[in-house]
Amino acid sequence: MTAAVVSRPAAGTVRTVLTIAALTLREASRRRVLLALAALTVVLLALSTWGFSRLAANTGGSALTSGETRLTASILLNLVMFGYSLIAALGTAFLAGPTLAGETESGIALAVLARPIRRSAFLLGKWLGLVAFGAGFVVLAGLAQCLVVRATVDYWPPQPAAALGLLAFQTTVLLTLAVLLSTAISPMASGVVAVGLFGTTWVAGVVGGVGESLGNHSVARVGAVSRMLLPTDGLWRGAMHAFQDPTALMEFGGGGSEAFPFLSVAPLTAGYLVWAVVWVAMVWGLAATAFVRKDL
Amino acid sequence: MTSDLKAARNRTAQHEMAWLVAGLPAAPAVWCSGLRKRYGKRHAVEDVSLQVARGDVVGLLGPNGAGKTSVIKMLLGLVRPDAGEVMLLGRPATDPAARARVGYLPELFRYQPWLTAAEVLTLHVRLSGLEVPARDQRDCLALVGLADRAGDRVGGFSKGMQQRLGLAVALVTGPELVVLDEPTSALDPLGRVDVRDIVLALKSRGVAVLLNSHLIGEVERVCDRVVILDRGRVAASGTLTELLGQRELRLHLTGLSAPARARLAAVGTVEQTGDWYTVVLPPDDDGAAVPDLVTDLAALGARVHAVEPARITLEERLLGILRAGSAARSGAEQ
Repeated sequence: MTAAVVSRPAAGTVRTVLTIAALTLREASRRRVLLALAALTVVLLALSTWGFSRLAANTGGSALTSGETRLTASILLNLVMFGYSLIAALGTAFLAGPTLAGETESGIALAVLARPIRRSAFLLGKWLGLVAFGAGFVVLAGLAQCLVVRATVDYWPPQPAAALGLLAFQTTVLLTLAVLLSTAISPMASGVVAVGLFGTTWVAGVVGGVGESLGNHSVARVGAVSRMLLPTDGLWRGAMHAFQDPTALMEFGGGGSEAFPFLSVAPLTAGYLVWAVVWVAMVWGLAATAFVRKDL
Repeated sequence: MTSDLKAARNRTAQHEMAWLVAGLPAAPAVWCSGLRKRYGKRHAVEDVSLQVARGDVVGLLGPNGAGKTSVIKMLLGLVRPDAGEVMLLGRPATDPAARARVGYLPELFRYQPWLTAAEVLTLHVRLSGLEVPARDQRDCLALVGLADRAGDRVGGFSKGMQQRLGLAVALVTGPELVVLDEPTSALDPLGRVDVRDIVLALKSRGVAVLLNSHLIGEVERVCDRVVILDRGRVAASGTLTELLGQRELRLHLTGLSAPARARLAAVGTVEQTGDWYTVVLPPDDDGAAVPDLVTDLAALGARVHAVEPARITLEERLLGILRAGSAARSGAEQ
């Protein structure tokens, strides 16, 4: 049997990252995760098509003004998008656990990591595969949803690309956290904790919104702090703002809208976006450090 | 000095260096020194040093919990040693490239259940950074008896088949060092013979093998050297001859004349129990000592009833070493 060494170290690292990323995507597809998500998406799309078409039928009877229709469409679109981001969050968080912690636990990682590859390259490949999977899902499902809304109630979000990008980014943030957790705890626990934190941050964001609408700064700080600790909710609010009609807030009644969980009062600041990128880099770095030092 | 002259001298120096390096013996396949590992308060490995020369088959023996798998994992960079150094094929093991020519079958052999056997091999070839033609990959599966299961998902494989696949994964890149951790734990007797044949074939091709196995008979058949670990330390190591001592011969003789006794004593030290004589054979015996002795004894009038080789088995030696270690420990504690 003959074999020849062909590559330089840098080329080797790129090859490792891409090989592992492709392997992770293949795992998602062969383990029927892709199929399950596609089925869920079809169900959600069908339900929302039905809902939006009923809305269109009602407005046809002129019960709602055009502004009210845009408001309702915005709220409903944000609500359905929250459903997709929840599916993506659950999907990636529970995929990150088995694919990383599960492989180290079962011993699959032993033979793979004994190859001449760096553990950080292996982790980057896994992460990249998960990002491609999760982000790809929310972008495709979100786009399909926007098209459904356009076809049924003739509403098109003001910044669809930015909104879908932020949804993808939110998914990336959560799965980076799940990757970090799965280097330290069991596959099942890492999924549960990641999704739990995602939900907690969202609730804290809503609580903060209530605080803002009541003018209570200490309660409002709950949302601000949680958005810094885990940027999923902040990014989600940015995405909502890009999905909703600019006039929707005025229509909703201005002042009290901070407290409403499916409308966002302000667009995302560049500073926050930078913080989210830094957060992902930091958490990934921590995950890599933990994984490189781990005894298998 | 002109630049031409300088260049010519440089070339000569390089040429001499090349000869010097070419004259050096190849670095050992495995070299490790002072390996230590502690899990919490438990010392799993304490000061283990060992070496596997190129083309040697070295057996790693010891009771459960002796630290064999921990040592193997430290050699392959899967477990970080608390102290000690490892070199694989002449490169420090901290550099992943040192493992480019290393094949490994883990004790816990699991492969991606959603891939087919052929896809698992392709994955490992790609990760190794080597080019192995598809035909060679198929040959490798055939070598371990999985030729007709190449397209089947690993998830449907029995344990024995997964271990065979693991062996193919270890061998597919044509390694210079193969580390086999309990390679026959899930195999039937036929599979064990296959593994033995594979190890002997590797040996004949000059591939170094580090073999951790509970099956002492297996180790005794294929290994050149043995390292015995006990409680994280090297309790004994050496070639089989060094560990097992010299070969002995037991003879049942009657009618032994004085010249016949002298002939017997000429071979080596003789011990007598009744009509049974145990004689130590010379270490450089080329196989002629026994037939020559029997012919001579018969010619000198001795009646030869039985001739049997007496050799301490590796199992007996291993048990002896482990019991001596445990007695020494309990003695030290009292």
